[in-house]
Amino acid sequence: MNDIFLIAIVLMIFLLIVQIAKASEYVSILKGEEKSRKQTNRINGFLLIAFLIFGLIGAWWCNDLYYDKTLFPQGSASVQGENIDTMMWISIIICGVVFVITQVALFVFSFRYQESDKRKAFYFTHSNRLELLWTGVPAIVLTVLVVFGLKYWFQFTSDAPKDAQLVEVTGHQFAWEFRYPGKDGVLGKKNYKLTDPAHSNSLGVDWTDVTSHDDIHSTGTVHLVVNKPVKFVINSQDVIHDVGLPHFRMKMDAVPGIPTTLWFTPKYTTEQMKVRTGNANFVYEIACDQICGRGHFSMRGIIIVETQEEFDKWIATQQPEYARAMGGGSGSTPATDSLPKKDSAASKPLALAVTNK
Amino acid sequence: MSNEAILHDQVTGVHDLGHTAHEHHHHQSFISKYVFSQDHKMIAKQFLITGMIWAIIGGFFSVLFRLQLGYPESTFPWLEDFLGHWAKGGKLDPEFYYSLVTMHGTILVFFVLTAGLSGTFSNFLIPLQVGARDMASPFLNMLSYWFFFMASIVMLTSLFVQTGPASGGWTIYPPLSALGEASEGSKIGMDLWLVSMALFIINALLGGLNYIATILNLRTKGMSMTRMPLTMWAFFFTAVLGVLSFPVLLSGAILLLFDRNLGTSFFLSDIVINGKILPNEGGSPILFQHLFWFLGHPEVYIIILPAMGIASEVMSVNSRKPIFGYMAMVGSLFAITALAFLVWAHHMFVTGLNPFLGSFFVLLTLLIAVPSAIKVFNWLTTLWRGNIRFTPGMLFSIGFVSIFISGGLTGIFLGNSALDIHLHDTYFVIAHFHIVMGVAGMFGMFAGLYHWYPKMFGRYLNDTLAYIHFWVTMVGAYLIFWPMHYEGLAGMPRRYYDFSNWESFKMFAGLNEFISFVSIIVFAAQLLFVFNFFYSMFKGRKVTTQNPWGANTLEWSTPIRPGHGNWPGEIPEVHRWAYDYGKDGREFIPQTEPVGEHESKH
Repeated sequence: MNDIFLIAIVLMIFLLIVQIAKASEYVSILKGEEKSRKQTNRINGFLLIAFLIFGLIGAWWCNDLYYDKTLFPQGSASVQGENIDTMMWISIIICGVVFVITQVALFVFSFRYQESDKRKAFYFTHSNRLELLWTGVPAIVLTVLVVFGLKYWFQFTSDAPKDAQLVEVTGHQFAWEFRYPGKDGVLGKKNYKLTDPAHSNSLGVDWTDVTSHDDIHSTGTVHLVVNKPVKFVINSQDVIHDVGLPHFRMKMDAVPGIPTTLWFTPKYTTEQMKVRTGNANFVYEIACDQICGRGHFSMRGIIIVETQEEFDKWIATQQPEYARAMGGGSGSTPATDSLPKKDSAASKPLALAVTNK
Repeated sequence: MSNEAILHDQVTGVHDLGHTAHEHHHHQSFISKYVFSQDHKMIAKQFLITGMIWAIIGGFFSVLFRLQLGYPESTFPWLEDFLGHWAKGGKLDPEFYYSLVTMHGTILVFFVLTAGLSGTFSNFLIPLQVGARDMASPFLNMLSYWFFFMASIVMLTSLFVQTGPASGGWTIYPPLSALGEASEGSKIGMDLWLVSMALFIINALLGGLNYIATILNLRTKGMSMTRMPLTMWAFFFTAVLGVLSFPVLLSGAILLLFDRNLGTSFFLSDIVINGKILPNEGGSPILFQHLFWFLGHPEVYIIILPAMGIASEVMSVNSRKPIFGYMAMVGSLFAITALAFLVWAHHMFVTGLNPFLGSFFVLLTLLIAVPSAIKVFNWLTTLWRGNIRFTPGMLFSIGFVSIFISGGLTGIFLGNSALDIHLHDTYFVIAHFHIVMGVAGMFGMFAGLYHWYPKMFGRYLNDTLAYIHFWVTMVGAYLIFWPMHYEGLAGMPRRYYDFSNWESFKMFAGLNEFISFVSIIVFAAQLLFVFNFFYSMFKGRKVTTQNPWGANTLEWSTPIRPGHGNWPGEIPEVHRWAYDYGKDGREFIPQTEPVGEHESKH
């Protein structure tokens, strides 16, 4: 009933607009088309300048409302991301200036040079000097942007430092798996044909490679050490996923068959971030940023950044996957790190929606 | 008193002007005139109306998924009546949400902004503005439309299959799009998508070759390339882009069909899906992305170049002033076309692309900003000291420039790999390409429609409706897409069905609701335009003068309702460029007028 009512109202509004439009066409004919055309011209000229003014005010207001919700106020949570924020500010300032100048010129010219019987249009076909000016200046400005951009780009796409913590990240529909190399610092080899979740080998680790025997596997949550570079080696088991790390300003696809890498240095522990953001529920989230199927929006991982001591304490409690696969462990699923209680409750209805048919 | 009588009380005498042209023509049957027509003007209208139907469908899909994004907690029982098992209990199924997103993108990019925009205006304007009786091959031209029609039918069919249409995003990256096990939409829906796209590409190639051949070979006497209006240059480069890049997508689509149905491994390797270990080894999903974006990037210029050409022409006519820097405009169109082929991998900075290789794509991508800047400044200078008439077409052209500036500048962020690594696949990208390609492309299309509607149908659109349409769309477009940049700067990912579970993104619920609300209003405003379009076709004010805008180009030298062949007598000869507005104190000098003895040079 409500719906029908709504549709009726919308139709009425439509009808009203159409009737007004028809009537105004009649009026313009009765009044003389030339006269009414000039009148409409003035109205539209006024609206254009009003649009500029209200638009600029609106942009200011929008910034006021939403700036605090962006990631700028809390700063980058990784060392590398600081450069990205700097680059962002350089771009915002340059583009902002160009934006204001061109938009103001566009609407002011439109308003100022609207049709008038007194004015004749100026026959002005080209000017080499002007055109050189606005070819040269943008080219120089863009060179600056390219130089800064590439400088930073090469900094954080270079090889990870030798002492970086190594973590393997594997995406699959619709969760993240993590593998730590254990004491030997080497991750055991994998072969996707050995994948066998029933025997506690959901990642297809090749147990004949002894370096795999101390590797630790966890699902959903990854532990990192603050101020220590971390190198992610990223895989996917099925479709393309993406390790999206908004707080660290980083992102890398997980591509089946082609491992990718990404490294960064976390600056703040999760606890510190709770204070910095003033949000007691703050967690570092890994958002899948590449569409991967019906559960894409729920493919969430958690990063816990902690001190070296906390990390050592945690890793000591973890049982290597090999031991579990060989029947030494308690239960055959990888260690699922305890998520905060609130989260697991909230994700329940979601899990239902996400199960693949 | 009837509508017709009020509108045309004073002007009955002039009607003959329009009708004389018809007398020269043989009587055509309904089929050969309206269905299998070989008249470029009728084919243009076929492209236009098919494109409009698709635009309504594609736009409506966005309203549906915006309902989910704006009101994730609500249910809409009418959705279930309408969509059945895709919206159980009045809430969109995530799978169908992704189908809607995918179809919205596919439809708008290919069927509306490629076929609907360049298909319509290239067909309609090329022969009229270069002075030709028709396309180089009217038959291939007709075939081109019917391939588009078949592509449309196949795509439409995919909406009704049990497992739903394709749902892997309009970029259809494998393995998601290659494996039926990966998602419902990757079953038969995806095969139909690929077949439809193959048919669509044939349409684009037939059309494009015809446009190029016509512009190069069928220009009337005196119409040198540098005397052509900028619309012609824009359509020419658009066609070149399409002809050189669409075949690459065709190869990608066909290889993907092989991977799906014949067990090949072009794009597949090392996959375990739903516990099943697949035998495919050695393929590369990234290869597909290269093939896709080798078209995909030029495709955005296939959309925006015609809009640029139309805006240039409409702005010059209505400023009563020549376009500023004609040769620079042509040069920048050429530069954009050339660079368009060299920047595709900027869509792939985060795929594990070699960073050194990536740096070249950064450089070349940001280089495109130079010709774009030249165009913007030239448009601004065209307005400067003009005598501007705000016809609806002119308003949409001014709006186009404003929108193009806003969206173009954010491209400088995304083309810079150091920023893209943060912004990639967030709402910043959504805001960027919707503004610079979607809205700007649509504005170009509207500018063209309002400007050439009188030539197409011999009647005017209703002005009041047009102004309402413009202002609602203009304000709405900014209200929808401007705040999205902030969501992107917070890292909010695109293609999410629901954000409420994310600590990092859930604070934008209020904004999402606002955006959804505005997009529904803007969609309604487009329906107003659709009404205006069809209503005015039969009931609009009749065009009573041959050249209602006082324009220089050749199409206005044809009869008000030109028949097949365009000019009843000889094709006129051209003596000057298309932009002699306000020269030597004369308001405009048509291209057909010989250069006078004492005329000043430009």
